[in-house]
Amino acid sequence: MAGAAQADAPARVVSMNLCTDQLAMMLADEGQLISVSHIALDPLASPMVAEAEKYPVNHGQAEQIFAMRPDLVLAGVYSDPYTVGLLRRLGVEVVQFPLERDFDAIRSNILKMGEVLGRDIHAQAMVAQFDSDLALLQADSGAVPSALLHYANNYTSGDKSLAHEILIAAGLSNVTVDAGMTFAGSVPLERLVLLMPDLVVSGQVYPGASRAEEVLHHPALRSLRARQDGAALTDAEWVCGTPLVLRAVARLVYIRRRM
Amino acid sequence: MTLLAIEKLTVLRGECPVVDHVDLSVGAGECVGLIGPNGAGKTTLMRAALGLERFKGTSSLARMSAPERARAAAFLPQSRQIAWPVDVETLVSLGRVPHLPRGGTISATDRDAIEQALHRLGLDGFRQRIATHLSGGEQGRVLIARALAQQTPLLLADEPIAGLDPAQQIATMQVFAELAREGRAVVVSLHDLGLAARHCTRLVLMHQGRVVADGQPDEVLTPELVAQVFSVSIWRQDSPMGPVFQPMDVL
Amino acid sequence: MRLRTPLTLVLIFLCLALFGMSILIGPAGLSMADTLRAVFLGQGEAATLVMREIRLPRAILAVLVGASLGLAGAAMQGYLRNPLAEPGLIGVSGSAALGAVIALQTGLVAAWWLALPLAALAGALAAVLLILLLAGPRGSSLTLILAGIAVSALAGAMTTLVLNLSPNPFAASEVVFWMMGSLSDRSFDHVLVALPFMLIGWVLMLSLGRALDVLTLGEDAAATMGVSGIRTRMFLVLGIASSVGAATAVAGAIGFVGLVVPHVLRPFVGARPSALLWASALGGAVMVLAADLAVRLILPDRDLKLGVLMAIIGAPFFLHLIYKTRGEIR
Repeated sequence: MAGAAQADAPARVVSMNLCTDQLAMMLADEGQLISVSHIALDPLASPMVAEAEKYPVNHGQAEQIFAMRPDLVLAGVYSDPYTVGLLRRLGVEVVQFPLERDFDAIRSNILKMGEVLGRDIHAQAMVAQFDSDLALLQADSGAVPSALLHYANNYTSGDKSLAHEILIAAGLSNVTVDAGMTFAGSVPLERLVLLMPDLVVSGQVYPGASRAEEVLHHPALRSLRARQDGAALTDAEWVCGTPLVLRAVARLVYIRRRM
Repeated sequence: MTLLAIEKLTVLRGECPVVDHVDLSVGAGECVGLIGPNGAGKTTLMRAALGLERFKGTSSLARMSAPERARAAAFLPQSRQIAWPVDVETLVSLGRVPHLPRGGTISATDRDAIEQALHRLGLDGFRQRIATHLSGGEQGRVLIARALAQQTPLLLADEPIAGLDPAQQIATMQVFAELAREGRAVVVSLHDLGLAARHCTRLVLMHQGRVVADGQPDEVLTPELVAQVFSVSIWRQDSPMGPVFQPMDVL
Repeated sequence: MRLRTPLTLVLIFLCLALFGMSILIGPAGLSMADTLRAVFLGQGEAATLVMREIRLPRAILAVLVGASLGLAGAAMQGYLRNPLAEPGLIGVSGSAALGAVIALQTGLVAAWWLALPLAALAGALAAVLLILLLAGPRGSSLTLILAGIAVSALAGAMTTLVLNLSPNPFAASEVVFWMMGSLSDRSFDHVLVALPFMLIGWVLMLSLGRALDVLTLGEDAAATMGVSGIRTRMFLVLGIASSVGAATAVAGAIGFVGLVVPHVLRPFVGARPSALLWASALGGAVMVLAADLAVRLILPDRDLKLGVLMAIIGAPFFLHLIYKTRGEIR
């Protein structure tokens, strides 16, 4: 992806957010990105650990980032406002990226990243590739099985979430949204079970132990899951809106086709 | 028949003997008054004899298994503990526990023993009263009734009449004397020398952990011994109802 | 020995009625007909799953946990002859929670499922022994409460520490569960983990009836009535540790059950410790079933913690007891 940068492109870019880390690593020119956030090394949250290991990491603190003498800092809209404000007062340019709640937001964030890095052409190419890959995955149509997004503490994503978009893109329907629960939040387990989804897509389990995650293995869900073939799990590819979500879509499509 | 045999019984608190080489044998039909000033070792002797204290020497009761001992001797501790607000009848019926078969309930024999004990202590009208709501003296009688309900050949009572009114003190001592006449035996510690002399068949005088005198009231309550052990003078008078002993002055 | 039959029948009836309601009431809002068909005939796949895998184990656990806590409270009070003695208040439940949390966070439970109840049992055991050591055989109120404060505080702090050190992002927020207890989303897995230990605890504690009765008269009198002090103490300690440990391992630390239930039922059994054991086991089941129903009715979607409700009910009782016994507090 490396190529000639535009003349006014920033030379030293620091990313302090897991999702900007990924887009920046995909789009930045050789040597342009000088640091990514430490979360980029967490395999549970980051799908690009191997790539991230090539960069020095920052812990999202103003002092550390300022010492890297960046021309541009990439942050999320929910990055610590004090850190962002402090950096700006120190004269560092900070660009904040919104959360990607759907695939359009992915496209616009890619283009925005291309713009601020001076890599517009690469960004446009990436969007085109994303669209053609998505079209390929959606080529077949047929039955639309229902799927339940089920995370720790019986949390489920509503219809304004990337996870919901991934389900829809994979040719599945979101069973809680269909039942009118369009909000994101905890739903009593027995109400979830009553929905009898064809597929349970479970949140990943972190190391250590928690009661919140114990519910992922509740016998009632085990019985539901016994009706499907293979485990459907959310993972690091579900976290950020990058072209990598298509891998998540592809896995669900594979499971759906075998149902 | 010997109901209690103690030989060379010694209890140490650290280096210091609080009961020192005591020999004591109690036979059926005896009402033994255990007397002595505070700290003489009366309570410790009783507790050791029952195996409640570590001791050197021998005690026939301490050698028995716990269930055997519970049917051989009843003990009335000095502190009157009634932890819960149970009724008098329930409390007295606890005396039957050593006689109940495993998981068994109260039988007619047990009922009988409870009735007798209640009656002997004049508690017939108290059956349904809550024991903890009674006066201290009444509680004392209820606890004596509990020990009687155990119907053991031997009864060890540690200051059972402390805090009772004169009538109840006399009545209680009469009950003990009566038990002895029926062929059982009682060892009772008390501070009232007059009551001890009048109702006990035998007195055991303790001083500094030792038994200093053991015999008929007349042999034990001599002016010399009483002066030496209690530091009081004693006045003795024969009356139509037997000899009367009254401590008079601190020496 | 003497069972107060009317009381027993009332408690059994309440227990059955609340058990039934516990099965019938839930956020899924199933009709009574659907519920009954699901429970007895297994008709309706989703409803059957809800009944058999979610509501039934929850109701059963409420009974088991309640009986364990009620019984442990009655046994401990009988032994220490103190109405303020309660496993939750004196830190036994908290220490059991600490044991469970350590076993979970170190991965022992993942390796061997028995590690959970055993670790909770060990935590409870340590606390009971410590309390008995500190409070002495007669368990005076002051030393009991003070020792309880120290043990509770230490166990709570250590539990928080272990959960904070956990690599799991959810663990830290679960201090609340371990300290307040909840029965939500429990399954038959939890019933099976806890049941054997609870049963052992019940048998041990229920066998103490006569000993506790006789202890009403004090240790010396009890010892001369054929009651072995060592055996009584051993059965009590193991019984409480086993049942409270198992209950806490699956439901968290639920306080006040062992305080309120014996206190309320004592007058009905003539204050007899042996009769109070059985009554408190039933009463504990009734109380936890009722509380678990209440948390579902008051805040159906929020998993209100059982311990919160118990504290609201129990704390006034506790204060009342302190007020009543303040003259005797030494």
